[in-house]
Amino acid sequence: MSAETHAPAIRVAGVTHRYRKIAALEDISLDVPAGQLTGFIGPDGVGKSTLLGLITGAKKMQAGTIEVLGGSIADPRHRRRICPAIAFMPQGLGRNLYAELSVRENLEFFARLFGQGAEEREIRIAALLSATGLAPFADRLMGKLSGGMKQKLGLCCALIHDPKLLVLDEPTTGVDPLSRRQFWALIAAIRADNPALTVLVSTAYMDEAQSFDHIVAMDAGRVLFEGTPDALKGDARDLEAAYRQLQTRGRPSETADQRPTRIVDPDPVIIARGLTRKFGDFTAVDSVDFSINRGEIFGFLGSNGCGKSTTMKILTGLLPASSGEARLFGKPVDARDRAMHREIGYMSQAFSLYGELTVEQNLQLHARIFTIPDKAARIAALTERFGLTAHRHTLASALPLGIKQRLSLAVAVIHRPRILILDEPTSGVDPEARDAFWVLLEELARDDGVTIFVSTHFMSEAERCDRVSFMHAGRVLAEGTPDALIAAESADSLESAFIAILERAEPPTRALAPQVDSLPVEAAGSGGIGRALAYARREAVEVLRDRVRLAFAFLGSAILMLVFCFGITLDIEDLDFAVLDLSQSPESRAYIAEIAGSRYFNPTPPLSSAADGYRRLTAGEVSLVVELPPDFGRKLRAGERTEVLATVDGAIPFKGETVEGYVAGLHQSFLATEARANGTEQVEIARIEPRFRYNQSFESIAAMAPAMPAILLIMLPAVLMAVSVAREKELGSVTNFYVTPTTRLEFLVGKQIPYIVIAFANFLLLAAMTVVVFDVPLKGNPLPLALGALLYVWATTSYGLLIATMTSNQVAATFATAIASVVPTIQFSGLLQPVSTLEGGAQTIGALWPSSYFLHLNVGVFTKGLGWEALGPDILALACFGPVLTAIAALSLRAQEA
Amino acid sequence: MQRLSSIFWLGLKEMISLRRDWVMMALLVWSFTLAPVMEATGVATSVNNASIAFADEDNSPLSRALAASFFPPEFQPVVQIAPGSGPAHMDAGRFLFVVAVPPGFERDVRAGRVPEIQVLIDATAMEQAGIGANYITSILSAEIQRFAIGTDLVEEPPLVLTIRSGFNPNRDTVRFAGIVALIGQIMWLTTILTGAAMIREREHGTIEHLLAMPLAPFDIAAAKIWANAAVVLVAAGLSLVFVMQGWLGVTIAGSTGLFLFGTALFLFTATAMGVFLATIARSMAQFALLVMLIILPMLMLSGGETPVEGQPAWLQTATLLLPSRHYMSASQAISFKGAGLDVVWPEFLWMTGLGAVLLITSLLLFRRSVAK
Repeated sequence: MSAETHAPAIRVAGVTHRYRKIAALEDISLDVPAGQLTGFIGPDGVGKSTLLGLITGAKKMQAGTIEVLGGSIADPRHRRRICPAIAFMPQGLGRNLYAELSVRENLEFFARLFGQGAEEREIRIAALLSATGLAPFADRLMGKLSGGMKQKLGLCCALIHDPKLLVLDEPTTGVDPLSRRQFWALIAAIRADNPALTVLVSTAYMDEAQSFDHIVAMDAGRVLFEGTPDALKGDARDLEAAYRQLQTRGRPSETADQRPTRIVDPDPVIIARGLTRKFGDFTAVDSVDFSINRGEIFGFLGSNGCGKSTTMKILTGLLPASSGEARLFGKPVDARDRAMHREIGYMSQAFSLYGELTVEQNLQLHARIFTIPDKAARIAALTERFGLTAHRHTLASALPLGIKQRLSLAVAVIHRPRILILDEPTSGVDPEARDAFWVLLEELARDDGVTIFVSTHFMSEAERCDRVSFMHAGRVLAEGTPDALIAAESADSLESAFIAILERAEPPTRALAPQVDSLPVEAAGSGGIGRALAYARREAVEVLRDRVRLAFAFLGSAILMLVFCFGITLDIEDLDFAVLDLSQSPESRAYIAEIAGSRYFNPTPPLSSAADGYRRLTAGEVSLVVELPPDFGRKLRAGERTEVLATVDGAIPFKGETVEGYVAGLHQSFLATEARANGTEQVEIARIEPRFRYNQSFESIAAMAPAMPAILLIMLPAVLMAVSVAREKELGSVTNFYVTPTTRLEFLVGKQIPYIVIAFANFLLLAAMTVVVFDVPLKGNPLPLALGALLYVWATTSYGLLIATMTSNQVAATFATAIASVVPTIQFSGLLQPVSTLEGGAQTIGALWPSSYFLHLNVGVFTKGLGWEALGPDILALACFGPVLTAIAALSLRAQEA
Repeated sequence: MQRLSSIFWLGLKEMISLRRDWVMMALLVWSFTLAPVMEATGVATSVNNASIAFADEDNSPLSRALAASFFPPEFQPVVQIAPGSGPAHMDAGRFLFVVAVPPGFERDVRAGRVPEIQVLIDATAMEQAGIGANYITSILSAEIQRFAIGTDLVEEPPLVLTIRSGFNPNRDTVRFAGIVALIGQIMWLTTILTGAAMIREREHGTIEHLLAMPLAPFDIAAAKIWANAAVVLVAAGLSLVFVMQGWLGVTIAGSTGLFLFGTALFLFTATAMGVFLATIARSMAQFALLVMLIILPMLMLSGGETPVEGQPAWLQTATLLLPSRHYMSASQAISFKGAGLDVVWPEFLWMTGLGAVLLITSLLLFRRSVAK
């Protein structure tokens, strides 16, 4: 079984990879033998994932060469050719899967990406599901699976297309020991069935590496060791110890075997009795009992999602228990009891301090919240003791994981708590740092008498606890000292003891290799179009299942349409006005009656002085003040010249101008009435006849309602589209696009199709609202309108795609798209200011913006009653935007991760 | 006392975090500089640069005088078009207004036969059509009147109407739109900053970390509210002085201090809104979508974009419950009309009341959402 008998499947030579200034890989060279299982071991952040990403082509090469299956992976042609032979399961349970799809739908999606026909798909999926024991859960949503099941589904999706090279990045992180053992059995069965399969695995659990054919041990972007597990182990106790020795260059670890003896007070500090917590119909914690004594280190073991964190949250008062009781120091846990919070130090799962504050600032903030009297001295002592002195002014987010954990612990103990509750404090941390961390914990328990309640999934850590409790699916399965537990199961290690206990609780599923290789391979499906449709189908299902996005897509446009149309109506009537009538004559009263009698103005109590009028204008109580001079009546009777003074509230320019127009009109009509009454028929010179075209009654709704879809149908579809692409980038499922034969155009167009349908349905909804709710008749030909609308939403969704290719997270995508679609539409498309009134540059931008054409089209058909002939140019223009924007988006989309 | 100190220090932490979040900082800078400037200078709400054509079949001195009476900036230079081609030009969207002068117009005027001029108006141009029609009618009447008086056809009417425009005599739309845009940005940004800070805390898991300490949900929300309100208040103040007054040349008729005091009152409502939306949304993306759906209508209906009097009566009553409407109305009174506290106190009272209700509701909701 030496490396020479196997030609290398992968050759890595001189590969260096940097993220900004930080080197993730430094000049790596190695060969991966074909047909073997090669393991990359080392803690988080040493470059394992980067290397696997480069090998699968998910990441773009920076320096060096990698040959995979007989060609350079940096060569796009070779990459496309071998893509169907590679399967990649990225780090993070189910990270490349789709939470809103069921198990079967996930598998179908991957099968379609590889062009499998319906029959072949069915056979393969059935084989994989039955082999992994997932068949009973085929219709369960992926997001609702347990960690072990997600891991199996991930493997199924990777195996659906019979790869020659299987790359698994940390497949077992966070999975319980039994599921882990089953997983390795499954891999072994698959390999036995298919000896040509090359498997690459990375793991942070050193103990798993014992069964690998070939090991690459990495640290800080370099290869420490390459060879068989036995060669690595040498004379060390186990692989973990061997790795630690490599890491410290042979310096023996001082604390490796130290088990300090502690005096444990038989005085229960933490007590749980029948503790139960339900979320809906799901029981996360099921009548759990335990009691922890003063100064004891109590370990909590179990897989992700078994209820460890929930139990800890109940104890800290973060979550109320559904039933049962939790007591600390003999008192029931109460979230509002501030004194009790002062006795607890809590470290939540993962790093949860403020990454944007420095180490010192984080400590300062917590010292202040706990109002520690000897703040400066305490912080100095802690930085010293926890080895943080060198990092005091570093941002917490820039710290290595091991040091972050020490900072978290320092923060958790800053107020000298009597209880420490630590939720998986060491996951992902390298063995050396974990060791140092445990030394600190043991000191705290021994020297300061702190009671420590800690959860972990490392067996080596569980062995250092005074007592451990093993939790599975919400229940405590066993509890006792590590030695007692091993003895009770007559096992050789804590791990086998737990597996034995687990197997009793839940009968194991068989580990069989799926019979995938004996299948007749049908002719490949319709290739590119098939893949695009696979994306379209998946996207549609996802949107239909996400209620918020769905509501936004349909209710959003309807609500905004209502608000805009009711809110922006420009027909102003019933304005309040006040009069300062100094004349008090029949003529002045007639003049006032002329104004008050119109539908535009409502009278308010008369004014006492000009100052009073000004005050009421200022307060916004009236919009118009009319002042009639003392001799108004007399002069008018005598036919002498006199003057009426109207003061208009001009603060809002539009309203001011409208009011001026109303007053001038009413004045004219008073003059006419007056002249008629006096029998002196006023001489008319010429008539000026305004004719409002398209909208005779000149109601603003008839103009407003058909104009609004132009803005709504760019903003909402573009935002939804951009969010959908950014979401894949943020959640990680975009990896599927990187490592499958999908081209950029297939990916984009596939995702776009459902949104074009949604947006077009939106258009129909808005058009229906225009006719039914706002009573604006459709005067023109609906066919060109529908065609134009379809082209318009194609253009606007493409615009969303384009912006999404430039943003990396959903929030940035939402706001950037909103700003970049609303601003030009309002400014340049003629929505508020007609295109013909724009000047030079603005008019050019308007001509290059799709909304200008759709606005003209929609208003043209609804209000102007235009047909094909007049609208042809608009439709032609709209037809250009979609293809051009999609093409630009495809060119600017990265086909690999940077 | 100790709670106050915790709230204070948590708030300072909030500001440090914000300074290092470049997306939010970029949004902050954009919102208080370029965004209001573009909004203020981009859209004219009165007649501006309107396109007008004449179909002159008379071609007399009078009809030529009529065509010569339209000037920029209100109107573009008049274009002469063929008689009868007006409707086609309008269908293509080339002109907003077409004036048709019939043959023999001047002759008929002199003969007292009362000829008719037709003004075609594109009624789909919402803001410009109505006002523009008034403008054109009065410009044409005045010109014909002058001609008639000059040729002794009529006497001047005895009753003259003098219209004076209070507060903004030059119809300066930039000044108006600038302040409205600034107010809009204050509202957007406060809600987004506060809500995003809240969700970031939840997504990073730090909220549980805080709640395990001697802090109540109220303390956490209060810290975010004061910190983000302070940031926006300072940014709005700077924008008012440097962007509005310095760049756009906007003048504030009343007291800048009173304006900022009103802003501070309003900020409590807007931050409470942010906390409220953050408790509803499950993720940052949902929050972003919700903000667009809720804040946009609140702004549109506040009376800034279009007068409140234009809304149907039932809607006018309903929008009384929008804090944004009271803020808009108070700020307009202060900045355009120079109103003092004696005038705007009812609006301030409304804002305080509504802000308090919203704040208490969102704090209660927030309490419940963390308990889940």
